[in-house]
Amino acid sequence: MSQPTHGAVVEPAAPGGRSTTAQADDAIAGSSRGDGVYRFLTTAAAWAIPLLLGLITLEVVLAAWPAFETFGLSFLTSSEWDEVRGVFGAAPMIYGTVVSSVLALVLATPLALGVAIFLSEFAPSWLRTPVAFLVDLLAAIPSVVYGLWGIFVLLPFLRETVMPFLAGTLGLGNTPFFSGPAYGPSMLAAAVILAIMILPYISAVSREVLMAVPRSQREAAMALGATKWEMIRDAVIPYARSGIVGGIILGLGRALGETMAVTMLIGNRHEISSSLFAPGYTLASVIANEFAEATGALHTSALMACGAVLLGVTLLVNAIARWLVWQVAREGR
Amino acid sequence: MTTPVPRPPSPVPPGTIEARTFSFYYGEKQALFDLDLSMPARSVTAFIGPSGCGKSTFLRGINRMNALIPGTRHSGTMLLDGEDLYAREMDVVQLRQRVGMVFQRWNAFPKSIYDNVAYGPRINGAAARTELDEIVESALRRAALWDEVKDRLTQSALGLSGGQQQRLCIARALANDPEVLLLDEPCSALDPIATLKIEELLYELKAELTIVIVTHNLQQAARVSDQTAFFYLGRLVEVDATERMFTSPREERTEAYITGRFG
Repeated sequence: MSQPTHGAVVEPAAPGGRSTTAQADDAIAGSSRGDGVYRFLTTAAAWAIPLLLGLITLEVVLAAWPAFETFGLSFLTSSEWDEVRGVFGAAPMIYGTVVSSVLALVLATPLALGVAIFLSEFAPSWLRTPVAFLVDLLAAIPSVVYGLWGIFVLLPFLRETVMPFLAGTLGLGNTPFFSGPAYGPSMLAAAVILAIMILPYISAVSREVLMAVPRSQREAAMALGATKWEMIRDAVIPYARSGIVGGIILGLGRALGETMAVTMLIGNRHEISSSLFAPGYTLASVIANEFAEATGALHTSALMACGAVLLGVTLLVNAIARWLVWQVAREGR
Repeated sequence: MTTPVPRPPSPVPPGTIEARTFSFYYGEKQALFDLDLSMPARSVTAFIGPSGCGKSTFLRGINRMNALIPGTRHSGTMLLDGEDLYAREMDVVQLRQRVGMVFQRWNAFPKSIYDNVAYGPRINGAAARTELDEIVESALRRAALWDEVKDRLTQSALGLSGGQQQRLCIARALANDPEVLLLDEPCSALDPIATLKIEELLYELKAELTIVIVTHNLQQAARVSDQTAFFYLGRLVEVDATERMFTSPREERTEAYITGRFG
């Protein structure tokens, strides 16, 4: 597997076309056999990843092909999911995956940034390490534990306090987003649990990049008469901007693929509803719920197609996000 | 943002700095020992001395930048125009507008040239765009950078050469219209031509400002300054008119340092 790969990458670099730095490196390094082995190993490792991704994609798409062939585009646009009649449309799951993840980002990002800014700029050093550790610990809790906590604590709280407050006290019950009965299991519940789960990722990355902002940038702002807040707003955050966006993307990636906790809280209903109080479904949840009991080849294929779509959505979102980081970085520099 | 508080009439021209038995501590470690030093307005004072002698600490004491480091404290007084810089009622934000600072490593913001220079006036409440345009142009002219950048004000400051970025940092400080300009080894990372430009600039600027410069380059101290102070191990060994200091130093340690026997 790695042999041809190795040749393809290393050979053009070996004779003739080497840069002067590479030659200089060799002169310093001396033993070129050790370098060759090392280069082979690292190159093989680097190529193994895209190869693996390619194989997984191929396998998933092949398995999904019958479903795509049977339903065509309507697999993406139809809301009908009927195992008995053998009709499958994944629109509610695509909608649920994107909406729950984006909503989770909207909820988690301000909080995570607040934590990161507090820890990097304001917290006394004796407080910094324990709080950062606790936030990081959120990432270590197993997904299913989040799900259980969600069922026993979050759902009753949402049903009895948050949902009546949003619909009644704030009077948002007439808008399509907060209408309908408050069961508990809902898009909102999934988004809240996802927000808690991705918070440590966004916060940890943001904290690291904020702390990595050079002291010279902070001093530049302070020396010009900036207050602490102005310094953070004008010198620290802009400098760390592309790193922060990278952290948000990492969080989004986690949210899109999260399965267990969401399956336990989202309500698992094949229907698109504008209301966040209504149950929904995600691509990952439907696979987890139905794969073991899939009836017939077409049903299995439809679930594989959900996997392929999830892969596609994830790649698309990441591509957009990469482009965004690139834009942000270019704008700043 | 803040309205200037009327300053009490002082017997000295604006921009005079005076340290009286000024000491500074990083935690338990004392970095400066009872310094007495007067830096007259409209002149250049150079601080020389080996690394770690306290000259940068003293310089950063003048705009209270050391206060950013937790656990630091001082004793004695530091006066600007007769006002105690460390007094409770002294607004440190306002102080730093009056006392500009340029660092060893140029630290332009990753913003446009215009936004870099306009930063100080903006956060300090300069309102109208036309007014801001004038401030930016005048600051860039004073920093001898206007002709090189006037056609690319909206481009990123990070595209400028090191020498240009350092002059941009000087322009950025000048845009606040300070009384004092502190420079912490401003040329140590620059080539000789860029260094020469900055030195010429300092010569121009001292007609309007008090300039205090820390330098490791003794020739530079001799070229640009009117007064030189020699620091050693946190103490002020000798201070004198630059010419006298370099031709007939009174202290043996000063002579040893400027003739290159240590440091």
